[in-house]
Amino acid sequence: MDEMANREKKTLWENLLSIDRRIIFIFIALAIALPLFFKTSLKMPVSPVVQEVYNAIESLPAGSKVLISFDFDPGSMPELQPMAESFFRHCFRKNLKVIIMGLWPQGPIQANIALDKIFRELKEEEKAVKVPRYGIDYVNLGFTAGNEVVIDRMGHDFQESYPADAKGTPLSKIPLMQGVKNYDNIDLILNLSAGYPGTQEWVQYGVDVFHVKLAAGNTAVQAPSMYPYVQTGQLTGVLGGMKGGAEYELALKRPAKAVSYMFSQAIAHVVICLFIIIGNIAFFTLRKKKTLKLEK
Amino acid sequence: MLNRIDKSIPLYFSAAVSVLIFFIFVSLAVGVEKTPDPVNESSAQIQIPPAPPTNVVAQDIPNDKGGAITISWDKSADDGGGAKNVTKYEILKSTQKDAGYKVIGNTTAGATFFSDNTAPNGVPYFYKIRALSPAGSSESLPSAPAFAKRQWFDLSRLSLFILSLIIGFAIFYFIEKAKSDKGLFIRKIAGLEAVDDAVGRATEMGRKIIFVPGIMDMDSMQTIAGITILGRVAKLAAEYEAKLEVPVCTSLVMVTAREVVKEAYLNAGRPDSYNDNMVYYVTNDQFAYAAALDGLFLRERPAAVFLQGQFYAESLLLAETANSVGAIQIAGTAMPTQLPFFVAACDYTLIGEELFAASAYLSKDPKLLGSLKGQDVGKFIFLLVILIGVVLLTLNSVLGLNLPDLKVLFQGI
Amino acid sequence: MRREVPLVLTAIVGITMIIAHFLPPLNSLKDLFEDWFFIIAAFAIILGILNLILVNGNNIYRKQKGWPFGVVVILGFLIMTIIGLGFSGGKSFQDPGTPFYYLYTNVYSPLSATMFALLAFFVASASYRAFRARNIEATMLLLAAFILMIGRVPIGYWFSDWLGDALGKTADWIMDFPQTAGQRAIMIGIALGVVSSALRVILGLERTYTSGE
Repeated sequence: MDEMANREKKTLWENLLSIDRRIIFIFIALAIALPLFFKTSLKMPVSPVVQEVYNAIESLPAGSKVLISFDFDPGSMPELQPMAESFFRHCFRKNLKVIIMGLWPQGPIQANIALDKIFRELKEEEKAVKVPRYGIDYVNLGFTAGNEVVIDRMGHDFQESYPADAKGTPLSKIPLMQGVKNYDNIDLILNLSAGYPGTQEWVQYGVDVFHVKLAAGNTAVQAPSMYPYVQTGQLTGVLGGMKGGAEYELALKRPAKAVSYMFSQAIAHVVICLFIIIGNIAFFTLRKKKTLKLEK
Repeated sequence: MLNRIDKSIPLYFSAAVSVLIFFIFVSLAVGVEKTPDPVNESSAQIQIPPAPPTNVVAQDIPNDKGGAITISWDKSADDGGGAKNVTKYEILKSTQKDAGYKVIGNTTAGATFFSDNTAPNGVPYFYKIRALSPAGSSESLPSAPAFAKRQWFDLSRLSLFILSLIIGFAIFYFIEKAKSDKGLFIRKIAGLEAVDDAVGRATEMGRKIIFVPGIMDMDSMQTIAGITILGRVAKLAAEYEAKLEVPVCTSLVMVTAREVVKEAYLNAGRPDSYNDNMVYYVTNDQFAYAAALDGLFLRERPAAVFLQGQFYAESLLLAETANSVGAIQIAGTAMPTQLPFFVAACDYTLIGEELFAASAYLSKDPKLLGSLKGQDVGKFIFLLVILIGVVLLTLNSVLGLNLPDLKVLFQGI
Repeated sequence: MRREVPLVLTAIVGITMIIAHFLPPLNSLKDLFEDWFFIIAAFAIILGILNLILVNGNNIYRKQKGWPFGVVVILGFLIMTIIGLGFSGGKSFQDPGTPFYYLYTNVYSPLSATMFALLAFFVASASYRAFRARNIEATMLLLAAFILMIGRVPIGYWFSDWLGDALGKTADWIMDFPQTAGQRAIMIGIALGVVSSALRVILGLERTYTSGE
């Protein structure tokens, strides 16, 4: 009897040491999905790297020109789209002129998706605010192939990479682009990046060569590799993943998507931690048993 | 084993693709719409002009090929509000100080810079800035003459040039030296030692080896490094008669990988076992590629998976799926953000520079090993510079000194 | 000849690109080479597409294992291309309201986002398997991971608010210092690795990629 009980116990620990991945998947799915049904207001401080990005936009006088490079695709939409929306909200609220471009083919469409949402929001919520006009308040230059070479050439002349906007209107006929020769005429560059080409290339070819002012939003995985650039001042600040997006929304005092998803992320993190703890407890219990056995 | 493609299929599909390409051109031709000209904001009646811009300075843009002059000015006192608010600035240029000015461009209000890229080298030009407002316009005094110059050497990159020379020379020197020096030491890289075992295991199990050379194009050094390792893996696979499959993400990589695998089979004395379909294109889209490979891993249950090259978010999607089917995995990348994923999910991981050292390590060619030693000299210089920089900054902040900052040396880079 | 020509071309283009970085008058040559690369890469896409259609067409024709996937690939390719180029208003195809935009937001976006979202599940299973406190180093790694995972979400703030957000601040410290230091070291090593590999390629020592030995 005793032996049998012992064997059962052993299998329990062994099971806990190698839990089937599908069980972990179910727990993660629940941890992410269930919190979405609860409306919670979680407190969160705004970290300095995020505050810097906010300050960079906030300090611009009305009419300043901001270039936003959309260098991501729908894959990273959950992380970067809330940032894109916040950037637009902030820029239009401050009456800044926005120039949109993309080093990824999907980027300019992501910008259109975000703009579509923001315009509907503006029409519904803030009736007093005028809806930005194309060509005067914002312009979408579209995608150009060439990765970092595009950044380099725009430093000499935007026309070299973008003779016309996404719809084929020559830049010379777009009021907003009057007087925009190169980065000298841009007050701030924002970059939303999910990989290559992205923030790293903007730093290496935009900041280092043409001394532009750059702030960025990155996926959570990529953000850590941008920290060295923030420390050296090559990058003004960085929003890292959903958390960065949520903090930015809080800084903007306009909580939206990212903030509402933070609860899910928090619970998911806790569940992952719990699984790691369980794995370690099982690991130590089994190791102890093994050494006891060996000693015997 | 992939079968040879039936001869009629290429014909059939080539015809379909030709029709499609024709269709693309027609639709592009039809699809170009005339876009309405955006409204120009016209300046109205001229009454009281705004204050003129001041302090106009024109100078050659330094460290360029010439042909360009940069003009800067101080904003008009009326730029930023009021009835005479400036709406834009016009830039005027002339070869004479007092006459012949023509508008060459304009900027929005608030701007204080303009680059004139239409200035031939050696011709002196004068510039004036005109501030425009709805109430009128006013011109600044002309600038001092400036002319564009061609610089043969970009002085702002001097420190980088010297650094490159030293490192390049060191690498070159050790390559030369290595030709006579056979006993160069290289530390053991477990991931590369395991290549033979992985291929052998695949042969024993009768299952496939899948080689993934990352998701970047041939302009990435990591892809080239990955392709180098592919050459070695393909040769072993040919010798052991294991089944190799290389699904790739870009067309140029497909062409290169085919050549490399073909050559490897030839060198192994088994050109008959090579088949063009071993290397095939999947898609350029990152996540579609990951989805296709995950599907492939689950269906084929490969015995060995090589993930060698430049990877992004798909790294863990691939590694974890291959892990779940029990494949032995050897990964290698120089992407710092993806390394933790590979280390967690793969059996062996080549970390950063190990990926680049792979070809030297595998071939044991003394010349290639010599280049690694040259690389170490570079590393030593970096360490030295960092150390000196840290000491200087620490002395500055602790003792309140004002020692020169090394940052100045590297500003142009 | 078959070996020498690529090596000579590589050396010429490589050396020109390096020198042009320091000599501004050579910039136009550098631009030219860059343009060539993109033109070659663009034409190579046709090769890729043909290969994709051939491989999948062959699978369907021979009813090989997994042939229905081939049908999905070819249909997906044709539908997206034809609708995008022919029925979505020419150059305005990316604007809200076009059929292309509809497919993009309702088919392509959710599919891509789903693949990326799998990462959450795989991170969980991989970290459960890999994070074991086997020795001191692994234990430190584990602790740092815990602090970051909890410290960077609101729950961490909620836990340690009374301590002045100690968890969050420790997480920020880990990101700012040990993490950044490690990143820098790896970046420097990689940069030198790239330089040395590039030189090997330019000097013709590394020939595997040109199918040499």
